[in-house]
Amino acid sequence: MTDRGAAPTLELKDLEVVYRVRGRDRQVVRGVSFTIAAGETYGLVGESGCGKSTTALAVVGYLASNGRIRGGSICVAGRDVVGLSNRALRHLRTNDVSMVYQNPAEALNPSIRIGEQVAEVFRVRGAGREEALERTLQALAKVQIADPGSVMARYPHQLSGGMQQRVVIAMALANDPGLLILDEPTTSLDATVEAEVLDLIQHLQAEFRTSVLFITHNLGVIAKMCERVGVLYAGRLVEEGPVSEVLKGPRHPYTVGLLRCVPRGGARKDRGRLDTIPGFLPSIDEELRACVFAPRCGLAQDICRATEPPLYQITEDHSSRCYFHERAQDLPRTTPPELGQPILVDRSKAPLLAVKELTKTFEQNGRRIHALEAVSAALWPGETLGLVGESGSGKTTFARAVLGLFAPTGGTVELDAHVLPPTLSRRTQADVRELQIVFQNPDSALNRRHAVRSILRRSLKKLAGISGAPAEERLLMLAGSVRLAERYLTVRPNQLSGGLKQRVAIARAFAGEPRLVVCDEPTSALDVSVQAAILNLLVDLQVQRWVAYLFISHDLGVVRYISDRIAVLYLGRLMEMGPAEVVFDGPHHPYTEALLSAVPTIDGGGRARIKLAGEIPSAAAPPTGCVFHTRCHRRIGAICDEKEPPLVEVGPGHLMRCHIPIEELRRLQAQPQEAAQVAGTKQPAA
Amino acid sequence: MLSVLVFAASQLLPGDIGRNVLGPFASPNDVKALDHQLGVDRPIYVQYGAWIGKLAHGNLGMSLEYKVPVASLLGPSLVNSLKLAAVAFVLVVPLSIVGGVFAALRRGHWLDRLITLTGLSLTAVPEFISAIVLILIFGLLLNWLPVTAASPADADAVTQIRYLILPGLALVMVLFGYIARMARAGTIEALESDYTRTAFLKGLDTATVIRRHVLRNSLLPTIAVIATQMGYLIGGLVVIEKLFNYNGIGQRIYTAALNKDFTMLQSGVLVVGIVYLTATLLADILYSLLNPRIRYAGVE
Repeated sequence: MTDRGAAPTLELKDLEVVYRVRGRDRQVVRGVSFTIAAGETYGLVGESGCGKSTTALAVVGYLASNGRIRGGSICVAGRDVVGLSNRALRHLRTNDVSMVYQNPAEALNPSIRIGEQVAEVFRVRGAGREEALERTLQALAKVQIADPGSVMARYPHQLSGGMQQRVVIAMALANDPGLLILDEPTTSLDATVEAEVLDLIQHLQAEFRTSVLFITHNLGVIAKMCERVGVLYAGRLVEEGPVSEVLKGPRHPYTVGLLRCVPRGGARKDRGRLDTIPGFLPSIDEELRACVFAPRCGLAQDICRATEPPLYQITEDHSSRCYFHERAQDLPRTTPPELGQPILVDRSKAPLLAVKELTKTFEQNGRRIHALEAVSAALWPGETLGLVGESGSGKTTFARAVLGLFAPTGGTVELDAHVLPPTLSRRTQADVRELQIVFQNPDSALNRRHAVRSILRRSLKKLAGISGAPAEERLLMLAGSVRLAERYLTVRPNQLSGGLKQRVAIARAFAGEPRLVVCDEPTSALDVSVQAAILNLLVDLQVQRWVAYLFISHDLGVVRYISDRIAVLYLGRLMEMGPAEVVFDGPHHPYTEALLSAVPTIDGGGRARIKLAGEIPSAAAPPTGCVFHTRCHRRIGAICDEKEPPLVEVGPGHLMRCHIPIEELRRLQAQPQEAAQVAGTKQPAA
Repeated sequence: MLSVLVFAASQLLPGDIGRNVLGPFASPNDVKALDHQLGVDRPIYVQYGAWIGKLAHGNLGMSLEYKVPVASLLGPSLVNSLKLAAVAFVLVVPLSIVGGVFAALRRGHWLDRLITLTGLSLTAVPEFISAIVLILIFGLLLNWLPVTAASPADADAVTQIRYLILPGLALVMVLFGYIARMARAGTIEALESDYTRTAFLKGLDTATVIRRHVLRNSLLPTIAVIATQMGYLIGGLVVIEKLFNYNGIGQRIYTAALNKDFTMLQSGVLVVGIVYLTATLLADILYSLLNPRIRYAGVE
């Protein structure tokens, strides 16, 4: 695929980008150099604030108005694009470079029909109106949109996220660019949709022979998509090399740390903590003269803090900016792997939480949306129940009904064997205290007008009934238990980083000694190193206090790490529930099987991808019979279309809703996947 | 709902209607007789019912002050007010939208500061001051425009508009800052959006991006703001109409309130209320026509 002989499609040399903030230049990209050969996929990985997106925007000449390229060069197809005139820049964007970014819903203009938006790309290249529309139709068909004609007449908000991203990709590839920049293109999508979009990108890239600059924080995606990868830290390219070499034998302590933060390879909380990277990314105010990573590095010596290490060439195309690259993998752990006493959940006792036949139907535009259909689950003290499923599967609805944020249409929620009133306003103070929540986005969960101290004080007063002098003591204990340094108590949430904010949100939830905490994607908005620290914190708190978690996440590695048991939801129905290892190791429900196969793993290989046909059906008109039959790759016949399978126990504590007997599933899933992929799969348009 | 409010408010006003009409020297019996004749001695809900019943037939009642049907006085006043509002509208909308969008495109530039600051200052100046300044400069000093708004009885359309420019300008000064600020904020938001970036990265030139991608989305909130100002433009112009001696509905209501002409007052306020609601409704319809997310809310 890669053609190293020809001139590189993109060549960055010592690129330096600064942003002017309060009258001073702050450097965001520090002398970054790399090249992308024709047809090559190059991954750029790093945490937020490391300069990934700035680098990409510099290439397309779209830096923010206070941003400026201070040095170095950017060559696209052999031509330096720094300081191009407006006209030349337009020509570059029209013909040579395209870019796709994270949120497709925002990348499309909400008030222009899809057809018109895509056609613009052809119009700007001189096509007539008719021709442009004709070519739009072809372009949409190329990204495997089923009914391009009708999609063209729609507005963006009428399409699902996956469809929107296809449209954006169609638009980006319409001009057959030499270079395609993908900036976190699948981060906001469901795992199954992400897998399809990634497949599509691979397929199209092979066809168009486009070079790709793939920016992501997800190492699994890098492993799946890229040939070479560059690791960016604080605006510096600290390591670069072939993907397999960098991921399997990293030679920079930052890469090593990053890889250790990710829960993978069946990592579980009872087998030890995740490692983290101590400290914080340097703020852009700091002048960095020595190694950018030294302040956070466990291997750092005096020399690292004195002078910048050169780029060491380890093999022909693998390089690392570290004096001690040979010892990088000996990086000492920051967190001790041992946990306290492991929790032995005693399920012979009465459960803490018992949800029985919980059902929720919403009325929307006169239609009934069946968000939750008779879901039952129990949770014992000290355990975590992970909830997984695509968006629209009912995970959040379930959690909110448990919390009493709205009344369910049917079913009950019992805490300690007493039935809770359906809504929060009718629950007692004690009930409220015992059921708490940590949200995905701490920004909107914390009142930004109050200092951290007053936020926590208020929670202590509301939830624990403590005020005055004893409250201060408890507050310090609380802050200590979430490892929030005292100096942060006086600042407001917006002055804190995402991880610190989430710690405050966790402290708030724990103020009243809750017994069940709903964690709704608590780490999705965080970087992997911060995510690892938050997961460790949640596990520590669980071990200390025997709190139970209802943990919602679309990241299956995270769910597997923290959960004792896992419930898989689809269209508001419980499809499978069981001990975490059993659900992950199989035999699985066909839906679980497809979900698992969709996740790109760092270690690569693993399961063959099972393609789910089409999109998740509308909950307003769920399919008859088994709700999954329309997309199931293991559908056995008419019985699936007509009769809803019962939820039966197929193993100890392992429930499944499938007509196929468990032994048959075991046999099928042991076979190579090829034969199973046919059902309803859309063939890519050749 | 609106009618109940108007009716209740007029009941709160002090003074016995019969006494007001007949003056302080009339005998109590006469007052009573007139009250009875007018029906104001009946219970309030009966009065309301009777009033609403007549309204439904388009009968606004007789003016207590002028002893002629209210509609015959209110009608021409409303037409006058609509004319003034139209002139002000035609002046202020393009001016402030262009100003706001321009400021947004030159954000941080001195032109932006100038426009924003001018708008804010003008909004802060009460209209009777800006109006007097306008009269002094354009009417008396330069003698370009007539200082009253009321044109001669047989004036043609052009002359009428000429007479309405000064009061219209006074209104522009009140509203410009407000609308321009909305237009500026909306445009800045649209300029910073991902879809604008997408448009630029398609290789479109700046003018096309602004025209096709930015304005369409940025002016939506501005439209809503303009609509809420329509009620003010038609019913709240007491000061301007007074200053320019213009026989509009604002002045009509003001006089009615002074003279305790209850039927006139009630009807006047009701008419203004209806105009306001209609304007808001029209704006909502326009808004939803321009915004596909609302238009197709029920489809998906």
